Amino acid sequence: MPIWGCRMIEALYNFFIDPFVRMAADFPIFFAEIVISGLLAGVMYSLVALGFVLIFKASGVFNFAQGVMALFAGLFLTGFMNDFGIPAWLAIPMTVAVMVATAWLIERLVLRHLVNQEPIILFMATLGLAYVLEGVGDLIWGSDVKLLDIGIPSGAWDWALDSVGIYVEKIELTAAIVAAGLVIVLAYFFQYTRIGRALRAVADDHQAALSVGISLRTIWVIVWSVAGIVALVAGIMWGTKSGVQFSLSLIALKALPVLILGGFTSIPGAIVGGLIIGVGEKIAEVYWGPVVGGAIENWFAYMLALAFLLFRPQGLFGEKIIERI
Amino acid sequence: MVFRTFAFGLVTAIPLALAGAATTDAYELVIPSLDYRTGPYAPNGIPVANGFADYMTLLNERDGGINGTPIKLVACETAYNTQQGVECYENTKGTEPSGALVYNPLSTGITYQLIPKAEVDQIPILSMGYGRTSAANGSVFPYIFNFPATYWDQASVFIKYIGEQEGGMDALKGKKIALVYHNSAYGKEPIRTLEELSKKHGFEFLALPVDHPGQEQKATWLQIRREQPDWVMMWGWGVMNQVAIKEAASIRFPMDRFIGVWWSGSENDVVPTGADANGYKSGTFHAPGSDFPLHADIKTHVYDKGKGAGEEGRIGEVLYNRGVIQAVYVTEAIRKAMDIHGTNEVRGVHVRDGLEALDLTEDRLAELGLPAFTIPVAITCANHTGPGKVALQQWDAEAQKWSLISDFMEADREVVDALIKEDSEAYAKENNITPRECPSS
Repeated sequence: MPIWGCRMIEALYNFFIDPFVRMAADFPIFFAEIVISGLLAGVMYSLVALGFVLIFKASGVFNFAQGVMALFAGLFLTGFMNDFGIPAWLAIPMTVAVMVATAWLIERLVLRHLVNQEPIILFMATLGLAYVLEGVGDLIWGSDVKLLDIGIPSGAWDWALDSVGIYVEKIELTAAIVAAGLVIVLAYFFQYTRIGRALRAVADDHQAALSVGISLRTIWVIVWSVAGIVALVAGIMWGTKSGVQFSLSLIALKALPVLILGGFTSIPGAIVGGLIIGVGEKIAEVYWGPVVGGAIENWFAYMLALAFLLFRPQGLFGEKIIERI
Repeated sequence: MVFRTFAFGLVTAIPLALAGAATTDAYELVIPSLDYRTGPYAPNGIPVANGFADYMTLLNERDGGINGTPIKLVACETAYNTQQGVECYENTKGTEPSGALVYNPLSTGITYQLIPKAEVDQIPILSMGYGRTSAANGSVFPYIFNFPATYWDQASVFIKYIGEQEGGMDALKGKKIALVYHNSAYGKEPIRTLEELSKKHGFEFLALPVDHPGQEQKATWLQIRREQPDWVMMWGWGVMNQVAIKEAASIRFPMDRFIGVWWSGSENDVVPTGADANGYKSGTFHAPGSDFPLHADIKTHVYDKGKGAGEEGRIGEVLYNRGVIQAVYVTEAIRKAMDIHGTNEVRGVHVRDGLEALDLTEDRLAELGLPAFTIPVAITCANHTGPGKVALQQWDAEAQKWSLISDFMEADREVVDALIKEDSEAYAKENNITPRECPSS
């Protein structure tokens, strides 16, 4: 091998491999912390990605408004709790009702008029919807940062920190448990219920589903309602962490690489994608970030997702689309 | 019939036209307000805009404007977006009758874009405690003002404060001080100063960027946990601040060793984090609270008449007061411009003179209803920053209030002034600017 080839390999090794070998050997606890934190952060991204997957899976629509729906749900929840003094156990079902009503309105005012339109038209409609929901939320509840406290524990998990010396965030641990529960419920819903099967039929072919008597409108209301409830869960987790505020809608940007990697139609894909992105971006930020000035985790997540795309264009768990010409 | 209709129309139209002409002839002082009431940073933009608007309304309602000439406040929404901010500037700069008199971009990014335009359009810019620090050099930046203190002043005051807490500046040797910063032009401003100060005092400096908007900072705080710095400073904005405070509390970083820039020290940053924020500190250049005579005037003349820009209960919050002091600086500069040029019909170029001759003494602050609210400010041709002094405040989560915990401290002029000179001269060279001569004060 020529000398320049050896040098190139050595440089690549020094950049990509050596930091981990040294860090894992010198600071194994720190390395474990990064991986655990990455996994848990990934679950938080997955919670947002799940909403996208649900709607895409059932209607072929990429719902640009999913991040805003998390904000919208969070605004209503904090509004009910903080402005009207309603306890969390009642405010949460009330917010679910709001999200179901919103889904019904979206179907009535937007989707109903766009049946059989090109996917790009539906996507553009959700883009407009994002702005409408954000504006309505602002009008009703104002732009202030709102404290959200429904009793989810926050801070470090004391036992892990004091006994093992590993830092694990309690909110994220709770999110992981909630996400696991959500995935089980959603998987059961899609695989074993009549409505779930109807949702999958609609996703495969609108017109074929209509021809066998499936009501497209009802299905859309159901799927947008479920996505609204998932958005509420995401809003609660992220809102507990940072307060409910308008930047919450930007968490959608964190879900996009997860979707690209996991596939737009797979619920397990959203979870696995989230875990890979979470760990990948944390490792990149801590070990490679300092070399290039830091703050690389946002774009690194997209780069990682794009790298996966080269080998699996449909994502890790996405359905392979074969079209006959 | 046709003639009678025409004559009637003429008879009624002429007085209306005259009245209209009389209205447009009345001189008004156009002050654009580049607000951000929407977008991810709206929670911070709204109180600043409200404080600014309320003070202008107060002057119009109570005094008929400035020296009797009414103020025309022209609001434009930037959403804290640089491109939108520049559009706002272009759309409002020619507003009749006076044209824009002065701009407060409320964003370092927008300020950087407007710096070259200001001199061409002869409209001064006041980037109060933000923007390009080296604009302090008035001989290179005649139209840019950044009083009462800059980010570099603030960074050096923080180091001085940390030195005091550690038992003297010599005690900084071997200490580790981290900066968690918004990965933007704004967030990067203090880095150079802190690097210089670390060389001077022998502490280790660690800079950790956080990308916009800053909702996810786990990697940053894991690094803090590994590095175990003695102190952490933050140059954050918006949601980044709340998340950082939560993360710091989670890794059990002592909150009284965590100091935020003055844009990371408002109620918005600490209230949503609950008890976690107790003891957190931040820089400031004015007092918090609503116990000043000016606030009472605002309530009487603005809110009691239903003309308030926001909620009365939020008067006196940190960012509201920042909007108020910004309005005070602007209007006092316009008053000064009127004095200098002997006319109320001032334009941007005159207000620049007013800003450069501004002398806001303790007595004048007391007259305005703000005794001991902030430090006196005196601007000169060469020095567009003025006093450069910064105080620290601390959050009491139980009492839900900020309290000043230090005097206004002098920046390390030796380090800061040298950096300002170096940076402004480099800017002048890059842009072929010949610095103007300023009389030595």
